[in-house]
Amino acid sequence: MLRFIVVRLTQLIPTLFGLSVLLFAWVRALPGDPARALLGDRATPEAIERINDTYGFDEPLIQQYGMYLSALFHGDFGESIKKHEPVLSAFFDKLPATVELSVVALLFAVVVGIPLGYLAGKRSGTNVDGGIVTLSLLGSVVPVFFLALLLKYVFSIELEFFDSVGRQDARLDAAHTTGFYIFDGIINGQFAAAFDAFKHLVLPGLALGTIPLAVVVRQTRGAVAEVINEDYVRTARAKGLRSTTITVRHVMRNALLPVVTTLGLQLGLLFSGAVLTETVFALDGVGQYLYQAIRDRDYPVLQGFILLIALIYALITLIVDLSYGLIDPRVRES
Amino acid sequence: MNEKQLLSVDGLSVTFSRRGRDPVEAVSEVSFTIAEGEHVGIVGESGSGKSVTAMALMGLLPERGTTVEGSATYREQDLLSMSRRQLNQIRGSEIAMVFQDPMSSLNPVVTIGTQISEVIRRHHRVSSKEAANRSAEMLDRVGIPDPRRRLREYPHQLSGGIRQRVLIAIALACEPRLLIADEPTTALDVTIQAQILNELKELVADTGTSLIMITHDLGVIAGLCDRVHVMYSGRIVESARRYQLFTTPRHPYTGGLLQSVPRLDSPQDEPLRPIEGSPTDTIPWTDGCAFQPRCPHAIDQCLEATPHLEPYEDRMLRCFNPLKGDEDDKRDR
Repeated sequence: MLRFIVVRLTQLIPTLFGLSVLLFAWVRALPGDPARALLGDRATPEAIERINDTYGFDEPLIQQYGMYLSALFHGDFGESIKKHEPVLSAFFDKLPATVELSVVALLFAVVVGIPLGYLAGKRSGTNVDGGIVTLSLLGSVVPVFFLALLLKYVFSIELEFFDSVGRQDARLDAAHTTGFYIFDGIINGQFAAAFDAFKHLVLPGLALGTIPLAVVVRQTRGAVAEVINEDYVRTARAKGLRSTTITVRHVMRNALLPVVTTLGLQLGLLFSGAVLTETVFALDGVGQYLYQAIRDRDYPVLQGFILLIALIYALITLIVDLSYGLIDPRVRES
Repeated sequence: MNEKQLLSVDGLSVTFSRRGRDPVEAVSEVSFTIAEGEHVGIVGESGSGKSVTAMALMGLLPERGTTVEGSATYREQDLLSMSRRQLNQIRGSEIAMVFQDPMSSLNPVVTIGTQISEVIRRHHRVSSKEAANRSAEMLDRVGIPDPRRRLREYPHQLSGGIRQRVLIAIALACEPRLLIADEPTTALDVTIQAQILNELKELVADTGTSLIMITHDLGVIAGLCDRVHVMYSGRIVESARRYQLFTTPRHPYTGGLLQSVPRLDSPQDEPLRPIEGSPTDTIPWTDGCAFQPRCPHAIDQCLEATPHLEPYEDRMLRCFNPLKGDEDDKRDR
């Protein structure tokens, strides 16, 4: 077990190294450069020269990369050109908002997706099944930003059910101990603040959750349709067990094995996919910060954030693989 | 033997229909009875409808696209028309079933202990500890060593023979009055087959459980059953007591089955005679006798009318031109 973790973490090193090379090249391949983005179109050549000199952008690329890499080894992700703050602390500052959003989106996908998938799988081939599959497909083909804008327009501007921007109503003056606003509200006893933070996440969560929802529905449907015809389910029925026992213990415990893997991967994707949603709803998270960094050609932020997201993605995948052993005894053995 | 009737199946038929295809009558006109403590065998090739018959009695056929007709009276209640709730009271506790494939009939992610104790706890008000004790006791009774340890294990940690014993333990856990065994040894090694059959025989004899043994193997029937029903293409073609069936088969199909089984007392140089053709070489019963295309004994009448299951000598028979004579004559044929 420990060996497995060590091996997996070691495998991460070349992956991240390769990614750092690609990222370094990619951000520099973007049209425009940080100095021009910072100073605007009318900047004098001297001013641009000065910025490039300060950040070493006039050095040969190899040398720049060498400097970047050696700083990375010392845990230094550099500093934002635009905002003058360390990239690493900015990332952890923005992380809670993104984690909250991703978790809400994933919860939505799970809570709605698994029952729908079960229903479709159990009735596979019927109209119920067709309806559910069509709906979930529809959810996954509508672009996230479009759905986000649509939800925002209908539910927050027209119907005024939810606030459309930010993470929390500033007038609540809520305490923020950890940066996870819902969690903060609960531990500080400010339940109104926690609820308000949740309300701000409903629409973005829905918008972001539709793609994982579709994936969860289809995966669950397929697994249930297969498991329900397994001999051991027939054995369970021959025992005269109640249908809830059969569904939970015999059908779902087996059908959810592949779904768990999918969920882990989806969580990683959500993380990186939150950029557009955060921008539409002005959620002050990793995604929005990254979006601004792209506009500003903020090389250190782009490189650092994407590298850190990749690292988190890899760690989530590792946790999913480990959790597989907990839920499937056959994997535990080997 | 106590001849009190336990289960009486009357005119059972099962039809599968799927959209866009002609309905298939998998079982029809199946009638038989089983008394308390009696052991009945149902024999036939794959596709003869014997498993479907068992599934229908247990209510295990898929609801969609399946039509079950007839009646199956178990202690004055009709199994085929009772509610799912009533059926669930009986399944697992009074009527239990052992399935064909032990490799796939146990849930891979649930411990053996849970899989046995869940049926005990479903039908009896006992604590989980009591249920675990009874589960261990059941494993011990079916001849599994170190039962306490086995309770904590998962199916993939056990061999096929042990798994089949676990399935038997599950089936017998609530001391059913009737056990339906559907090819319980087909998937196992030959040596294990004999062991399991012997154990099964002793277990049902000890408890006075009635047994329906479904098999394609007449050898299994020979040591176990009081009465035998031979099925072909969804219908019973011959029903007789075991001795009569083995010594003087009357249906050409039964005769064919017997000749295709190797016997210790047959001359060494005599080759086994398989039944010609395959179960797919059949005609619908409505057009005559379904066995006609493969039957060495067929006469013109076999294609002109549908034979019915009628009393013949000391048995029930569905044939226009039965085999004649005693055992020796049959050999020479």
